[in-house]
Amino acid sequence: MDNENTVKYAIECKGITKTFGSVVANDNIELTVKYGEILALLGENGSGKTTLMNMLSGIYHQDKGTIYIGGEEANINSPVDAMSLGIGMIHQHFKLVEVFSAGDNIILGTEKKKMKPKALKEEIRNISKNLGLEIDPDKKIYNMSVSEKQTVEILKVIYRGAKILILDEPTAVLTPQETEKLFALLRKMKEQGCAIIIITHKLNEVMAISDRVTILRKGKSIDTVNTSETNEKHLTELMVGRPVSLEIERNEVENKEKILKIVDLTVMKGDGTKALDDISFNIKTGEILGVAGVAGSGQKELCETIAGLMPAKQGAILYKKENIIGKSPSEIIKLGISMSFVPEDRLGMGLVASMGMVDNMLLKSYKDKKGFFVDRKPARELAKKLKDKLKVVTPSIDTPVRLMSGGNVQKVLLGREIESNPNLLITAYPVRGLDINSSYTIYDLLNEQKEKGVAVIFIGEDLDVLLELSDRIMVLCHGKITGIVDARKTTKEEIGILMTGGTIGEEEEND
Amino acid sequence: MTNQAVQKSKEPFARIVKKSEMSGKNVAILRIMAFLLAIVAGGVFILCIGENPFAVYGAIISGAFRSVMAFQGTVKIMIPLLITSLGVTLAFKMKFWNIGAEGQIIMGAIFASYFALFHDTLNHTLLIFAMFIAGIIGGGLWGLIPAFFKSKFDTNETLFTLMLNYIALHIVSYLRDGPWMDPGSQGYSKIATFSKNAMLDRVMGVHIGWIIAIILTVFVFIYIKYTKQGYEISVVGESHETARYAGMNVKLITLRTMFLSGAICGIAGMVQATGSDKTLTTAVAGGVGFTAIIVAWLAQLNPVMIFIISFLFSVLEKGSSVLQSSYGLSTDCADVLQGIILFFVLGCELFVRYKFVFRKKGGA
Repeated sequence: MDNENTVKYAIECKGITKTFGSVVANDNIELTVKYGEILALLGENGSGKTTLMNMLSGIYHQDKGTIYIGGEEANINSPVDAMSLGIGMIHQHFKLVEVFSAGDNIILGTEKKKMKPKALKEEIRNISKNLGLEIDPDKKIYNMSVSEKQTVEILKVIYRGAKILILDEPTAVLTPQETEKLFALLRKMKEQGCAIIIITHKLNEVMAISDRVTILRKGKSIDTVNTSETNEKHLTELMVGRPVSLEIERNEVENKEKILKIVDLTVMKGDGTKALDDISFNIKTGEILGVAGVAGSGQKELCETIAGLMPAKQGAILYKKENIIGKSPSEIIKLGISMSFVPEDRLGMGLVASMGMVDNMLLKSYKDKKGFFVDRKPARELAKKLKDKLKVVTPSIDTPVRLMSGGNVQKVLLGREIESNPNLLITAYPVRGLDINSSYTIYDLLNEQKEKGVAVIFIGEDLDVLLELSDRIMVLCHGKITGIVDARKTTKEEIGILMTGGTIGEEEEND
Repeated sequence: MTNQAVQKSKEPFARIVKKSEMSGKNVAILRIMAFLLAIVAGGVFILCIGENPFAVYGAIISGAFRSVMAFQGTVKIMIPLLITSLGVTLAFKMKFWNIGAEGQIIMGAIFASYFALFHDTLNHTLLIFAMFIAGIIGGGLWGLIPAFFKSKFDTNETLFTLMLNYIALHIVSYLRDGPWMDPGSQGYSKIATFSKNAMLDRVMGVHIGWIIAIILTVFVFIYIKYTKQGYEISVVGESHETARYAGMNVKLITLRTMFLSGAICGIAGMVQATGSDKTLTTAVAGGVGFTAIIVAWLAQLNPVMIFIISFLFSVLEKGSSVLQSSYGLSTDCADVLQGIILFFVLGCELFVRYKFVFRKKGGA
């Protein structure tokens, strides 16, 4: 540092390195944030964003390098240390006590619990008013919507005096409208002099909210650019390391036939509430039906009910005119219905984490051959074939899949499902957390299936992708279908309105 | 809170950090080192009680191997331990915490004893066969009960199987003091010694339990590794959700596997009663059901390793019985030694996955 700058950084990371075993998660990372600035941290999955933020918030400790907070060298050994340095982290998965009220959650773990409840509530109200937020301190968390919960999380860290805010993929669970609200809040906090780091992999959001962008790739800090001087294409190139095309093709398939018809389907959750509320829709062969909706709107239950894993309370699922409700999962598999659900932990129920590719290939087909013994030969060949075809990176086809990276795991899962030659392919969040390249491989696979005449139900989170890939989009909200729209004609805003339970003028007739 | 901020906390003295996956060879070296360290620590213990560690260790080894008879004794200890370890392994593969091997052994022994006591006029081969089947059914049923309640009502199998141990034990006491009391014992409550016809044959000086044990080792090895049912057990053990997703009948697999697990333990009970004890006592299981859990985990649920480890355990146990006669050491000392060895060997698992990083001198 030759020309000593007088600007005091809120956070300055110098040469941060962190390894997990043989994996270098962070390699000599440099990062700075000023007060009154929003920095976007951009990178593909596994590029080390979360690891870096976990070090700032005291969950991990770096192996090498130093962190300066407000210009002074800091040792952050625990979340308490981080808090006392004014760093507050808002995790992707909320850390709130569901049965407590908002107020209780906000003061939890601070000394302020000895204060009089009335004064305390007043204080919380004041803080929220300053930021233009509406929050009822007495409302219980379990009664709150996702975006309200997020607001509580933010208030929690502000209440503790955080001047540096870290948000880990805060928009993943929000509708477009809620995202706008969050951004307005962040801008206000920026005006009040907070330093904000936002982790995301949605480029349009980076462009909308940030002042500067730091790009990480494979654990290294590649570059930091001013948002006003860049564009989405340039950012993608920095992120991936080479130019990529962001086009998804959508072909029209001839001779569509109705293959699945869902009539008045109602499914209950374990707690007695309705997961799916009287839904009806159909899907044809050679079509991709996109399903949009805020997380937890009934997507999982829809998948599991069709796959026979969850009982239906009312209604019918007609597959080639035959009702498949009541059939066992293995009978449904035999009919050619394939379901792959990629949950938050990625491995989920589609794969066995401790087994290698070979044994995972067997999962749905091990019973096909007669006899007492398992025949691993065809599975071995299939594993080899998939490894070459989808360029799965793994030391060997017998290496446990839990040791593989998320993208490769998902390729194995979807690859197996496609190789089983299904007639109906249900896939939920197949690109969850995947980098851009792997995502496009998956989109191509789905398109290939569609052209072969397979009916594809694609449950996704990214509206841009849904709009480009699907033929029709069905929107779920609290277990109800709020609309089925033609993906070629609709807009993101329209879907956003439907996701929150609103209605729009023209809806495609659903017979 | 403010205190900490003012203090400028230092980097912690030591941190636990995850290691990269070690190669199989390095893991083996680490485990052998742990074993050697355990021997050294055990030696220190022996020194403390005023004996020469080399002499004591020597006595243990020679106690287990010094004569054909001593070695046969070692094998006799090993048979029920090996069989039971194989039995619990099946349940553990499915992540069903079967702590009830003790009870399953006893029930196997009770069922087999029924034939030994009341049908000893049968043809010898037929009688042995009947007792074998009875052992399977007795142990199997005792394994099936907790599995049934687990799959039906999601009861806690750890507590359930544990409690069933005591029930089984007291059934033996009841039979001994009541219906099955030896009429010739003149009021002393014990169950009659089995007739010669109801005893297991001997091959090379040891009852044929050792052949059964070897066959079972091979069977469990193949069952886990190469059969559809073995594959199902692994999947269910990993996640019930995944198993259901793959179209497996989780309840059926749970019941079937627990029956098999209990049945194998029941065989151990039958073999112990008719081969070694030649009668039914409350000591028929004698803690083997618990030791088997340790053996199974030390062997990482690998049948071949179970064979080796149960052998080592038996050497230690047989050898330490000699300590009492030649050194006047109580058998409790042997238990302490066993504990020390286990502590080191199990403790080394931490170092397989993690390492410690210490604060650099002079650093922050």
